Amino acid sequence: MTVEANDPGLSVAAGSGASLRPLLEWLARRAEPVAIGLVAILIGLALFSLFILAIGKSPITLFQLMYTGGFGSWFSIQNSLSRAAPLLLTALCVALPARLGLVIIGAEGAVVLGGVAAAASAMPFVGIVPPVVLFLFMGFAAAVVGGIWIGFAGFLRHYRGVNETISSLLLAYIAIALMNQFVEGLLRDPASLNKPSTKPLPKDYMLGQIPGMDVHWGLVIGVVACILSWVLIEITSFGFAARIAGGNVRAAQIQGLPVGKLIVGFTAIAGGFAGLAGMIEVAAVQGSANASLAAGYGYTGILVAFLARHNPLAIIPVAILLGGISASGGLIQRRMGLPDATVLVLQGTLFIVILFCETFYGRFKIFNPDLWKRS
Amino acid sequence: MTKLLSMNRRNFLQASAAGLAAGVAPGLIGSPALAQTALTVGFIYVGPKDDYGYNQAHAEGAAVIKKMPGITLVEEENVPETVDVQKTMASMINLDGATLLFPTSFGYFDPHMLAMAAKYPKIQFRHCGGLWTEGKNPANTGSYFGYIFQGQYLNGVTAGYASKSKKIGFVAAKPIPQVLQNINAFLLGARSVDPTITCQVIFTGEWSLAVKEAEATNALVDQGADVITCHVDSPKVVAETAAGRGAFVCGYHANQSALAKDKYLTGAEWAWGNVYTNFIKAAQSGGKLGNFVRGGLKDGFVKMSPLGPAVSAEGRKKFEATLAEIMAGKFSVFKGPIKDNKGNVVITADKAYAEDAIDLESMAYLVEGVVGSTS
Amino acid sequence: MEDTGIGLWGVPLAIFAGAIRVSTPFIFVSLGETITERSGRINLGLEGTLVFGAMTAYAVAVMTGSPTLGVLAAMATGAMFGTIHGWICKWPKVNDIAIGIAMMQFGLGLAFFLGKSFIQPVAPKLPSIPLGSWSAVPQVQAALNINVLFFIGAALALFLWWAFKNTRVGLILRVVGDSTDAARAMGISPDRVRLLATAAGGSLAAIGGAYLSLYYPGSWNEGISSGQGLMAVALVIFARWNPIGCFLAALLFGGAGALGPALQSVGVTQGYYLFYAAPYVLTLIILIATSSPTRALAGAPGALSLTK
Repeated sequence: MTVEANDPGLSVAAGSGASLRPLLEWLARRAEPVAIGLVAILIGLALFSLFILAIGKSPITLFQLMYTGGFGSWFSIQNSLSRAAPLLLTALCVALPARLGLVIIGAEGAVVLGGVAAAASAMPFVGIVPPVVLFLFMGFAAAVVGGIWIGFAGFLRHYRGVNETISSLLLAYIAIALMNQFVEGLLRDPASLNKPSTKPLPKDYMLGQIPGMDVHWGLVIGVVACILSWVLIEITSFGFAARIAGGNVRAAQIQGLPVGKLIVGFTAIAGGFAGLAGMIEVAAVQGSANASLAAGYGYTGILVAFLARHNPLAIIPVAILLGGISASGGLIQRRMGLPDATVLVLQGTLFIVILFCETFYGRFKIFNPDLWKRS
Repeated sequence: MTKLLSMNRRNFLQASAAGLAAGVAPGLIGSPALAQTALTVGFIYVGPKDDYGYNQAHAEGAAVIKKMPGITLVEEENVPETVDVQKTMASMINLDGATLLFPTSFGYFDPHMLAMAAKYPKIQFRHCGGLWTEGKNPANTGSYFGYIFQGQYLNGVTAGYASKSKKIGFVAAKPIPQVLQNINAFLLGARSVDPTITCQVIFTGEWSLAVKEAEATNALVDQGADVITCHVDSPKVVAETAAGRGAFVCGYHANQSALAKDKYLTGAEWAWGNVYTNFIKAAQSGGKLGNFVRGGLKDGFVKMSPLGPAVSAEGRKKFEATLAEIMAGKFSVFKGPIKDNKGNVVITADKAYAEDAIDLESMAYLVEGVVGSTS
Repeated sequence: MEDTGIGLWGVPLAIFAGAIRVSTPFIFVSLGETITERSGRINLGLEGTLVFGAMTAYAVAVMTGSPTLGVLAAMATGAMFGTIHGWICKWPKVNDIAIGIAMMQFGLGLAFFLGKSFIQPVAPKLPSIPLGSWSAVPQVQAALNINVLFFIGAALALFLWWAFKNTRVGLILRVVGDSTDAARAMGISPDRVRLLATAAGGSLAAIGGAYLSLYYPGSWNEGISSGQGLMAVALVIFARWNPIGCFLAALLFGGAGALGPALQSVGVTQGYYLFYAAPYVLTLIILIATSSPTRALAGAPGALSLTK
């Protein structure tokens, strides 16, 4: 690929008719992240192949297995989607504040406390209200608790000048300690012997699978949350103000934008989504709150958000890519006898290259209609 | 997938005949896989396969059955107790054709393994540690575990002779029945030598947390404990730190004598190879796999490390006498009267629990003489 | 009964000893990150560098029998990770925070992958200096058995504090960190300075890892670090980019971490999860108490993406 080369085909296309031009421009701008992303993935896979060759295994076998395990069949696709579901919400917890220029790395805390809140709020109502109402209760409680947790980091940032990166990380560790204390103390179901948990939800009070699929409803909730977040940022005035404040806080303040409210609001919404991820873990997977809630979804979400360049819609394919890699990781272990860490090496290589390739944005004339020849 | 399953089932039925043929004329049949029932077995570990502890003990057991004819072993490590483990089980079944699964971590049982067992009724699931209940849990599931507290009792016997300060220490992960059994047995063993001995326990709250385990060991030694044992996933750090501080060490999960050298008294080790071999033999001969499999020292589920040089002649004598009683099936570790450390009688004078007593599996107390709290 | 315990005195002693034992990795990682951040770049991936350093140090010590060589090898790999990070981040539009997280994955993965065969062997440990031989109490002796890396870390903190203010290199670093344009105007290449600062930071972080695997707890396995590298990076902000502050913050954090086990050992056994959260709670409280909304973080390098 040559930088800023004059593509003759492009000139022809651009000159072929004025009516086509807006469409081409639209396509060109949309094509840039896709093309750069795909080339980056290819380079990353090539580098990883060198690593696999160096340890004396066949990269071709490995990539075949990755395809089989991640996307090669309906079973594998559902496997990848299931693993992607919680990442959609935790990535939003990073991406939304990032639009305001905040780096939140403590989504894990909101996930675990959201799970505990969901389980605790369900207890008095099981068997009294219908399942759908119960899910609303649980989701509300989880979102409120998660929202308070991350919103507190936003509050501290704006009103006390405390760096949100460190406060959110500290709050995550504190949240995990609280979760353990609750699950093994106050909220422990005495019948949960060797794995301390809250009282499990009865079967008919579990958030089930999407009809016709082997994936729970969390996927749908996650996708809807991503779309809503996109609307919030791109279309509403709230999102518009946030984008200005994210560009330059001082300028936003001079313009009279309520920066404090924006920061607390965005971090609280972000935390609400992460809390909801905890509720889904409880209602759709675990059936109760326990230490398995701290499965690292909050931390993986950071990576997803940055790879998606904090665009809520881009989070969806990135999360599915990550889910696919994790789904195929098992097959690589089993068939090739490679350790689990192989997947980490692959992820690391791939993500470093993808993030590195951001430097190529705006460098190719083909994607930049402003530089096209006027016809 | 259905085809794969039915094929395996057909092979399953031919088991006894094929097994006989292989026994009579080994070497006459070209492929051993044809001679023995082809059986794909899946093992799932919650941590790394080589952690010098819990997971390694299972992986070594798996390595034993890997050598058996007709067995294809598929393994996956570092699988969290989330939807991931459900998908890993399904993937082993769908993509690898596994028909017998051993999810080895306690938290895999409910809801993960039970969900998969309901979904794949023709696949056999055997879980380490879970309390399988007749009538409540499906027939294609089961649990197995070893009475390793017998080993901790013998650890305590050697500790009773080795301790000069009359204080011994226990680094524990979480206050759950399996851990409490071990702590109590360790002290009861020591008190069988000297009833004035006390045992200090420190809970780290996590199954694997190297620095905190080291800190806990140091804190125990600072308080005068001179024999240390533990129940965490990887006892390597505890053994090395304790020996480094000059305390004696009793091992757990695996043999840590290479780490603690002459400070090593003995250790309670798993012997999963025997357990897994029995399961595989039953599966290959078409016999029924047990649903509730338990065993102790006598049954070869658990073994003791060879006694270290620091064990006195007197200690050796008592150790061997107690071991002989256990092997003869005439010994009960939990024999009344036993009070808990809050002064309540938990086992009355007329009761002596055999190791397989179901009451022991819900132990929720620390016996008198243990300094620590269950919550 | 012969009582060799030291009762309640065990708690302050454990906090003191724990502060020294546990803090060393935090000291090295946070000092390394201070150098990097002072140059205007952030490396969030030092957790990966730390763990890779721990693995390298342990592996080399096993193979050569020399823990010192292990530490040196770890420093070399740490510098390599830092160089990669620095080189990638010099390109326009590349986000250093994101690259840091990806590098963390990469470092952890590579360390676990290559470290598989070194979990079982036992490596020779780094030596310690028995400063407590004057005391007859074995607990005090043990507490004062201090590893030489701790003293190196303390000396390094003092040296960096002095060097940032009083040396030409320190000045260049600060100029680059505060304003890329000002540095260019002075004829300094910001990219080269940041590359070197990131390499130096990685190298120091790897020493922290070597301390974990070769001294305390002195073992290599995949669970050797419980996020020390990530936490240490956070401590740099807490310490306001001041090397002495980093040293004190690391001590505070280590000491607070010893509180949980120590309290249990003297019989305070309820609610231990909450005691284990003490270092985080304490750090957060101090952070809130010492921050102010009206002024920018004092000492924050102007070009740093994290604090803009």
